[in-house]
Amino acid sequence: MSRSSVAGMIELEGLTKRYGEKVAVNNLSFTVRPGIVTGFLGPNGAGKSTTMRMILGLDHPTAGDVRIDGKHYEQLKDPLTYIGALLEAKAWHGGRTAYNHLLCLAQSNGIPSGRVRDVLETVGLTAVAKKKTKGFSMGMGQRLGIAAALLGDPRILMFDEPVNGLDPEGIHWIRTLMKSLAAQGRTVFVSSHLMSEMALTAEHLVVIGQGRLLADTSMADFIARNSRSYVRVRSPQRERLLDVLHQAGIVTVESGDGVLEVDGGKAERIGELAAQHRITLHELSPQQASLEEAFMQLTAESVEYHAHSETSPASPEPARQQWGDGWKRG
Amino acid sequence: MSSPQSQMPQAAPAWQAAPGSAPHAGGPGYTSPIPIVRTHLGNAIASEWTKIRSVRSTLWTLGVFVLLVIGIGTLTGVVVANSDPALGGESPLGLGFFGLLLGSMCIITLGVLTTASEYGTGMIRTTMVACPSRGRVLAAKAVVFFLTAFVVTLVSASLVAFLHVAMLEGDGAKSPSGGEWLKGTVGISLYIALLGLLSLLVGSMIRHSAGAITIMIGAVLAPLVIALFMFSESLQGVRDALFEYSIPNQLSVFYSNSLSQSGPSGWDPLWIMLGATAVAFAGAFALLEKRDV
Repeated sequence: MSRSSVAGMIELEGLTKRYGEKVAVNNLSFTVRPGIVTGFLGPNGAGKSTTMRMILGLDHPTAGDVRIDGKHYEQLKDPLTYIGALLEAKAWHGGRTAYNHLLCLAQSNGIPSGRVRDVLETVGLTAVAKKKTKGFSMGMGQRLGIAAALLGDPRILMFDEPVNGLDPEGIHWIRTLMKSLAAQGRTVFVSSHLMSEMALTAEHLVVIGQGRLLADTSMADFIARNSRSYVRVRSPQRERLLDVLHQAGIVTVESGDGVLEVDGGKAERIGELAAQHRITLHELSPQQASLEEAFMQLTAESVEYHAHSETSPASPEPARQQWGDGWKRG
Repeated sequence: MSSPQSQMPQAAPAWQAAPGSAPHAGGPGYTSPIPIVRTHLGNAIASEWTKIRSVRSTLWTLGVFVLLVIGIGTLTGVVVANSDPALGGESPLGLGFFGLLLGSMCIITLGVLTTASEYGTGMIRTTMVACPSRGRVLAAKAVVFFLTAFVVTLVSASLVAFLHVAMLEGDGAKSPSGGEWLKGTVGISLYIALLGLLSLLVGSMIRHSAGAITIMIGAVLAPLVIALFMFSESLQGVRDALFEYSIPNQLSVFYSNSLSQSGPSGWDPLWIMLGATAVAFAGAFALLEKRDV
């Protein structure tokens, strides 16, 4: 028997999850495609893990639908060979050895037990295969979770915060692994609360905040659209400089400590104007807002949108507070 | 669909270049060399068997169980054999009762741990992702646990039974009939394994090991203890019912030396326990389907 050659697609349609009054995931619709790494980005508490649990049939959606290659997760008879998932660190019995943990998973899906040794080798845990997992470090735990995800050699891989707890070498390893898995034509869906991490691995980006879809775009587009460039200017003759720039039609923003910020790449023009009017400059530096800032800006806007144009009865203020807290903890 | 990367299966690292994996290269997306298997209950049972045999708690609970049943059984045998009136024409099988009553606590514990511990560790999510049919997971756990508990109980109970009959042979004890043998070994083992299965189902519903174990031990002991404190004449009926249908008394029915004269007799306790377990199974299944993992 060979597999049908339908691509490994994850399709979400109006997916919603409510816990009592609280809406964890709100009407999410997007598609995850094969062949690329799709980043799933959002601050802590944005609903990423809940979404992933619904994809895997662990949580029942309140409304909407999620399908894998057109099927609900419950309809998959050997799910590990369709989709492998790293959900949370250490979702296993600490008294069991790494080998036995993977063996019981392989058996439940009719996967040949030889695969257990293969994946242990792939993630570099062969030496501790017969050790109880309760002694494992965070990094070893993540590797075991990834081994379980790779066990069925699935065409879709889903990783929830895979770099958590990994050392730099481990982080590099997982980035390379995700890219090579995608390069083989697999679907790789990876969540993170770190924009910088996504910028290094993901080609496509799905951003959510408070359970809502904020962006579904290619990484290149996201960078072009969201990263803001500006010029930092400091001068002892601040008032004169402000006048000169104002006359030239350049808008400035004061950002404290006598620093002026000018939007856009106008460093040369500002320098020339200053020279013309014999104004001393102490600093004239073009700046690029980080992607992290762009991400915060995007999610912050969603919160404002909530507060002003949302007619939902839920009070926006506590929600806003909660969101900010989540971000800071992240 | 036309992503350029999808045409590059040759980039696969060595671990998946299994022989004969090439022919599927045409379609978009990745194609695994691992054969597709339509899984069934047997796969889940194999998986649960690996789980139950690969944790220390199984060894501990069953080890203590065997120790209690055989240890207490031997001691009772020695004491009775050395006492003067010995067993006045009674069947010696009944002496196994004390060890099995205490030992049943171990079976209850193992039953609860089989389901509830997965919620404690988070393993349940891994289990349910690997096998999304929740009913199948519950059924596989039930089958594996029940057979394990039954076999271990049967071996221990039979061993003690033979021991008692051999020790008390010349002591005026009655030689047990075939029916008594069957009830005192297979019957009691089925009952205790079902009690364990009931605990497994309660563990699945409560999702908390300590909570479920407490509930089950309470269910075994509470009726007897409560009955002890019902002095009032008007509560006579309730007291007798609590006493007769308490699990220790039902256990003793298998040795036909019931602590009371009315109430369940013969194989009744087994049918009662079977009914309770069936109801619990339906409840556990319904909750498992309804709740998020």
